[in-house]
Amino acid sequence: MPAPEINIHHVAKLARLALTEEEAVHFHAQLTSILSHVDQLSHHDLAAEPSAHPTPVYDVVREDVTHPGFSQEEALQNAPRRVMDQFQIPKVVE
Amino acid sequence: MSLATSTISELRQKLTTKEISPRDIIRDLATAVEEKNPSLGAYLGWDVEKALAQAEQADLSQPLGGIPIGIKDNINVLGEPCSCGSKMLAGTYRAPYDAGAIGSLRRAGAVPFGRLNMDEFAMGSSTENSALGITRNPHDLDRIPGGSSGGSAAAVAGNMAIATLGSDTGGSIRQPAALCGCVGLKPTYGRVSRYGLVAFASSLDQIGPITKTVGDAALLLNSLCGKDPRDSTSLDVPVPDFTQALGQDIRGLRIGLPREYFVAGIHAGVSAALQAAVKKLEALGAIPVEISLPHTDLGVSTYYIIAPAEASANLARFDGVRYGHRSPKANDLLEHYMMTREEGFGPEVKRRILLGTYVLSSGYYDAYYLKAQRARTLIRQDFEKAFESVDLIISPTSPAPAHKLGELKDNPLAAYLEDIFTIPVNLAGLPAISLPCGLAVEGGVSLPVGLQMIAKPLDEFTLLRAADAFERQG
Repeated sequence: MPAPEINIHHVAKLARLALTEEEAVHFHAQLTSILSHVDQLSHHDLAAEPSAHPTPVYDVVREDVTHPGFSQEEALQNAPRRVMDQFQIPKVVE
Repeated sequence: MSLATSTISELRQKLTTKEISPRDIIRDLATAVEEKNPSLGAYLGWDVEKALAQAEQADLSQPLGGIPIGIKDNINVLGEPCSCGSKMLAGTYRAPYDAGAIGSLRRAGAVPFGRLNMDEFAMGSSTENSALGITRNPHDLDRIPGGSSGGSAAAVAGNMAIATLGSDTGGSIRQPAALCGCVGLKPTYGRVSRYGLVAFASSLDQIGPITKTVGDAALLLNSLCGKDPRDSTSLDVPVPDFTQALGQDIRGLRIGLPREYFVAGIHAGVSAALQAAVKKLEALGAIPVEISLPHTDLGVSTYYIIAPAEASANLARFDGVRYGHRSPKANDLLEHYMMTREEGFGPEVKRRILLGTYVLSSGYYDAYYLKAQRARTLIRQDFEKAFESVDLIISPTSPAPAHKLGELKDNPLAAYLEDIFTIPVNLAGLPAISLPCGLAVEGGVSLPVGLQMIAKPLDEFTLLRAADAFERQG
């Protein structure tokens, strides 16, 4: 399989990273090299069920009882910006 | 002699006979940290007054009563910063709660003391990816301590901590323990609560101890294990008293030597130390058995798809809204996300987020992520089959002793390939320990070599039994 073609700007946007042009060139080269290596998987016959995690534990639910949680103040204590006891984000509506 | 050089069991004995008080330990530790940290850089921060106050209150009747434990800086300790070695969190974030593992330590009477440096968000094997400073190997200050729990290992090896907690996603407890010459144990996936551990790759992450002796690892593990309803992956299984594994013999124990692990590319000094270790285990009555783990060569590729994929999802939470860095320059919401993350994350974290985003993106999922999940099954099955004929598997922890600082900095792929012996263990969810097994000479310096022992799921007992017997043999 040839080295994969990565549209680094598209991937960076999906990842919500505003890369500089210098970073884009740098990461494109490094990712191409890493992906060429991991492409070895396509040369193997991987006849097995996929496993998402190593333990046979599925659909764990806890008892439906309430526990005390954070106060509003505790939940907001690390907020970079807050207004009227809420998290503040840039304006999203005109 | 400073109490900072002591083990947990030595200190517990002196505390029980009232020869010393918990405050004496904190004072000696503080002196050692203040003296050595400028050169070693293991700690990112410590609060002597708070630790003294907590030591005063410690319940000495508990198994870790009065013992200070250093904490890797990706584990939340109530009221303390938790930076993950990142500009994204440093200087802004304070933990509003205790992690599950910290709660366990407190219930056992221990006192969290100090925050330890790490590769940013635990991504790396050298601690050079920390945005907050360099950590050096106590055996040679020009060399890396390993990583990502490099601060945790350097603090223990440099006698500026009694014992520490690390986290291990692809070797991040075992490899720095090996490179610094201490004991590092990664428990079975699910043994220890990850509640309050900042998530990197959730199907692989596990918290564990880094200690001076195998006995101390058993003591810490006793307190750390158990079901935590706040971590749905933690297992509700009986926890044995791991200290009962100490002082036993290992006659008749079958030790698997995977032929795929003893291959070209291993440093000559590491290879020699491993051969000597096998002889020593034989002298103790263990039976070496050659085994095969045929999918070993898929490990690194599988890991470097699965771990970045999970990381790219986990690190989406760093969006500058609820905590952490927030770009002051953004004009709209998309810019806010993109610039906050661009400014807050370092190069290795960006690299892995990009890689993970790519392998999960539309059109590539089947080619990469699904294949990696299939390979993961094959790797786990290799171990299952091997454990039909052996009780333990051994290998080097790392193919080379500690590199010089900067040596692998611009070659991420070469650095990733060094994780070859530790990664399959995480993919299969197995428990493993690294313990010192001699020295390798590199560049005229004698450097520690780590022996890795791998056990069946939930069989930390056998791991500790064999490691302790090996350690006692000297």
